[in-house]
Amino acid sequence: MSNQDSYKNTEVIQASLKKRYAREKRFQWYGRLAVLTGFAFLFILLFDIVSKGYPAFTQQYIQLSVDFDADRLGVEPGASSEALYQADYLGVVKASLRQMFPEASGRQEKRQLYRLISIGAEYQLRDYVIDNPQVIGKTQDIWLMAHSEAGAYLKGQVTREIPETDRRVKDTQMQWLDSLAQQGRTESRFNTLFFSTGDSREPELAGIKAALYGSFFTLLVTFLLAFPIGVFAAVYLEEFAPRNRLTDLIEININNLAAVPSIVFGLLGLAVFINFFELPRSAPLVGGIVLSLMTLPTIIITSRAAIQSVSPSIRQAALGVGASPLQTVFHHVLPVAMPGILTGSIIGMAQALGESAPLLMIGMVAFIMDVPGGVTDPATVLPVQIFLWADSPERGFMEKTSAAIMVLMGFLIVMNALAIYLRKRFELK
Amino acid sequence: MNSIAVTAEGVGDSSAVGNREALDIHDHADVSGYETIGWPFVDDPKMSARNVNVYYGDKQAIHNVSLDIGKNEVIAMIGPSGCGKSTFLRTFNRMNDIIPGCRMEGNIHLDQEDVYHGGQDTVMLRARVGMVFQKPNPFPKSIYENVAYGARIHGLAHTKADLDEIVEKSLRRASLFEEVKDLLDQPGTGLSGGQQQRLCIARAIAVSPEVILMDEPCSALDPIATARIEELIDELKERYTIAIVTHSMQQAARVSQRTAYFHLGKLIEVGPTKQVFTMPRHELTENYITGRFG
Repeated sequence: MSNQDSYKNTEVIQASLKKRYAREKRFQWYGRLAVLTGFAFLFILLFDIVSKGYPAFTQQYIQLSVDFDADRLGVEPGASSEALYQADYLGVVKASLRQMFPEASGRQEKRQLYRLISIGAEYQLRDYVIDNPQVIGKTQDIWLMAHSEAGAYLKGQVTREIPETDRRVKDTQMQWLDSLAQQGRTESRFNTLFFSTGDSREPELAGIKAALYGSFFTLLVTFLLAFPIGVFAAVYLEEFAPRNRLTDLIEININNLAAVPSIVFGLLGLAVFINFFELPRSAPLVGGIVLSLMTLPTIIITSRAAIQSVSPSIRQAALGVGASPLQTVFHHVLPVAMPGILTGSIIGMAQALGESAPLLMIGMVAFIMDVPGGVTDPATVLPVQIFLWADSPERGFMEKTSAAIMVLMGFLIVMNALAIYLRKRFELK
Repeated sequence: MNSIAVTAEGVGDSSAVGNREALDIHDHADVSGYETIGWPFVDDPKMSARNVNVYYGDKQAIHNVSLDIGKNEVIAMIGPSGCGKSTFLRTFNRMNDIIPGCRMEGNIHLDQEDVYHGGQDTVMLRARVGMVFQKPNPFPKSIYENVAYGARIHGLAHTKADLDEIVEKSLRRASLFEEVKDLLDQPGTGLSGGQQQRLCIARAIAVSPEVILMDEPCSALDPIATARIEELIDELKERYTIAIVTHSMQQAARVSQRTAYFHLGKLIEVGPTKQVFTMPRHELTENYITGRFG
């Protein structure tokens, strides 16, 4: 090549260089734009959920001076706690409300007046009187839970600007609440009830605990079934199974199962576990089995990939010192593959945590007030609870929905953090 | 004849070395009806191979090779890439069994016991015939665990003190102990390449094998680490029988008593190392050791 030629080549390369760098820059900008868009949407999502959900973590209380009149309660002084259990506390609450606002007249207005206080106040008073029976016959100031609509007004979610026909808190109720607030008889407290009870028809009494426990038990069953079965299936298929038509067929089927809509697994659970094996309906046991069927393909596929990626030299080294194939797998291949296996399993479990469709089929959509105590108790799970609350017309459930989503996300973060911690520990070895 | 042997190492291609008269290995591939030249058999064999044929699927990688490994000798196996020397070495501890589609015919004996047909267990066999691989492959565990592993799974140590002793003795024999005695709980993968290979040798001798197979143990090491391994082989031959596959003719000449030259899956010539390197009797051997192809 002559000097002339090589000079020309340099020119050509120089010219193309500019273009090439420009292309690279453009590509980088596309990437940044994509990341920024992603962040923007994430922020909008989180902001929306948190701003809607955080009022659910506070509960409004109203202080009433309650007259524990024995006649009105319908008990003798010094009555047994059983008799106290049956007493008419609602009447006492109503009477004290009437006493505070004597101007309320007529059925309609009185009904509105009684709606300032949650019906849960009845049980609150009952527990209080049973604990302090000496209070009977006296008058005492007591903080009672506000009704969710009254609470919404006190929290400032409902204002007078909204036409009266469009809101459930009427003008008279607003006046009463205002006067209570002026007397310092309203208070906002952290809503501990939300974390300590199950579902309820009343928004102010509804809690997440039943769904949280339901999710926990369901995922426990899922993990205990899907993780060992999935990992061992992957080990067998990868390390021991002969390569033939049958194993090819199994592999294709596993890959296809990963793409089966989850509701199909719900139908299977209904037909096989509930109708045929007669396992209890609505139970975390059945939910866990169904979700583990759904998670298995994910765990098997990722575990196989993780096992495949273990360097063959480690296998040879172990076999070379006389380890049996099983020892080779359990002492050397699995520990090295474990971080990858855990990552896959957590992805699978996270999917299972967010799943609601198959659980609807097996009856985990039930209205659960009691916190489940085991895997055979009726239960519901967080996503189904969210679905149920989102479906309810009361405005109080709207904030509960967002709050439950926050709890679900918290659950997810804890799970992922655990996975990352475990992965780091295995990687250190 | 165009029979080209394909082995695990790939197609047997070879390029000419330097500017000398280039010889294509395949021009010399016609060794059909050959007979091994030299002395493949010894009076006191530790292991013996008879009429060994190895196939990868339909391709034959080893053609009817018979060879003895004498007690406490170091035998070197040399030959161009893809000549089947590694494949042949791996038949001695049945490491080819784990390669799908690999098939073996013929007999291998270890102290008169049939390795392939006599119901010999591979776990037992590999405890008696240890192996060191081309690339240092310590387990991703501590140095101590690397050495202790074999003894532990075979139940050779009953107490922690026994195990400690085995680990120390093995590391000393692999002349690694002084360098790592304070790092026993550190990962074995953190050592240098040469140290890792000596760790692998320590791991192999921790189960007290009778034979050690070495598959190009120095090909990934620098000259200084290589020299240390070679010294080590010299010391180890007092206790163990060693078969070493190597690409380096100098190494074969330095460490071995006997040398076997392989070519396209056939054992061409065997003899005392000195004789093979100074007076090769076969044309192919001569071409190889004079560097006309490699």
